[in-house]
Amino acid sequence: MSSPHLLLALQDTVPALVPADTAWILVATALVLLMTPALAFFYGGLVRSKNSLNTMMMSYVALGFIGILWALVAYSLSFSEGSPWLGGFSNVMLNGVDLAPKGTIPHLLFMAYQGTFAIITAALISGAIVERMKFWPYVIFISAWLLAVYAPVAHWVWGGGWLGTRGVLDFAGGTVVHINAGVSALVAALVLGSRKDYGRQAILPHNVPFVLLGAGLLWFGWFGFNGGSALAANATAALAFTNTFLAPMATLVVWCILDTVRTGHVTAVGGATGIVVGLVAITPAAGFVSPLGALALGGLATFPSYFIILFRARTRVDDSLDVFAGHGIGGLTGALLTGVFAAKEWGGTDGLLAGNPAQLGKQALGAGASFVYAGLMTFLILKVLGLVMTLRADQKSEGLGLDVTQHGEEAYSTGEGSILVLPDESAKVAAPVGVPFPATR
Amino acid sequence: MNLIVAIFRPEKLNDVLEALYRADVTGLTVSRVMGHGGETERAETYRGTTVKVALQEKVRLEIGVSEPFVGPTVKAIVAAARTGEVGDGKVFVLDLAQVHRIRTGERDQAAVTPAVKIGG
Repeated sequence: MSSPHLLLALQDTVPALVPADTAWILVATALVLLMTPALAFFYGGLVRSKNSLNTMMMSYVALGFIGILWALVAYSLSFSEGSPWLGGFSNVMLNGVDLAPKGTIPHLLFMAYQGTFAIITAALISGAIVERMKFWPYVIFISAWLLAVYAPVAHWVWGGGWLGTRGVLDFAGGTVVHINAGVSALVAALVLGSRKDYGRQAILPHNVPFVLLGAGLLWFGWFGFNGGSALAANATAALAFTNTFLAPMATLVVWCILDTVRTGHVTAVGGATGIVVGLVAITPAAGFVSPLGALALGGLATFPSYFIILFRARTRVDDSLDVFAGHGIGGLTGALLTGVFAAKEWGGTDGLLAGNPAQLGKQALGAGASFVYAGLMTFLILKVLGLVMTLRADQKSEGLGLDVTQHGEEAYSTGEGSILVLPDESAKVAAPVGVPFPATR
Repeated sequence: MNLIVAIFRPEKLNDVLEALYRADVTGLTVSRVMGHGGETERAETYRGTTVKVALQEKVRLEIGVSEPFVGPTVKAIVAAARTGEVGDGKVFVLDLAQVHRIRTGERDQAAVTPAVKIGG
């Protein structure tokens, strides 16, 4: 995916499937798919217990809606032949997506692998609007977002669009996935407004072990995300894999040091966040920079995200789980540092340090374009949706928690005081499940 | 000298604590309890199992106060905990026979929220 043109060129000379490549991408697809449940745990642990199911379902539901929409429509808009701005409709409904080789792997597998990226990118946005957005409007929002934002930007960078042809380097999705999701998250948080308790009372993570579990599983899945983006079981995959191994280590270490200097403690939530920021930052660079470059990149990427998280918490902007600081800023830092550390000898184009400052300009162009586009389109989608439906849960539901009001379930139910409704009775109690009905019935 | 027991919605706890702080009422105990105040019941479904949740989470606040503080305390709690919906809760005011402060051994008036408002 790093270089679609190289792929197309390969298609001419190597029309055959390569079993080793196919095997690795099969595994990588499963690894990246696991990142969405991992994200659910990362996000779910960070919210209050009364909203934990809702928050986790916001990630899980993307597996269904975004996944299907990807296969049927968005894949074609991203990767089929079209204009420099958007792909065409030739692969709609998986038309022509068969077992014939695309590069050295089956076309169908390529579609599935790319689909896992679309799913997690949409799910990432949810972190900014948790604990207040109604569930169905959220599902409709991310579905529209996939078609209007993700598909075009993926096409620009990877599908043969205008950014890719200009030589913007984005190995595994720093721009397409992280800047895209991060900026959209910020805009969504601004359009929806802050939670009613935000800035008035402490809103604390309800399960920090979940956060650590999620961060660990994200790292595991990210080997498929970056290592798989070589689209082959080759040396580039090994480089991307190793850089994904090294960069978050540097971020974690620097994060621990910053935490200690500032508060006197190494914090668990901070450590988990540091790992994710490191993973985000190395994503665009993974197959282009040296291992030592990856360490430097990971360490440096800590600073902008760390301090923007501190700054954001003092503002009225309720990007609740700091998606913008983590993914938007982490992705931006990574995209720019790719232009600094990229080296021809490791498979990239030369960057600033190798005497090619122009690459930094290209990186800024790619980041800037998706920054502006994602921001504007997200604003537009939410404003239009806001005209035909209520996006936010009302104050009372927010107080009671979205688990009960949106899903009719509790995460940590004791069952005390619950009365079993027998099947024949529930037919009489015709009220839709999850909707309160009078006690007198 | 009275014991004020208030039972109200957990999501109103912060508002109540803030109101009490503003009313110079210090020293209280909070516990999480389950209760039912005639509000609409909720249905929850877990696969094939549907339940009516008859008991709701509430918080129970206990404060021992001296006579001049009874009115302000009750007023603060009622104003801060009210949403206007069924299930807002109750405030009970009970007579107290004795109060002992464990640390100093002080008794009764000396052991509850000060009889005279600070600065009053």
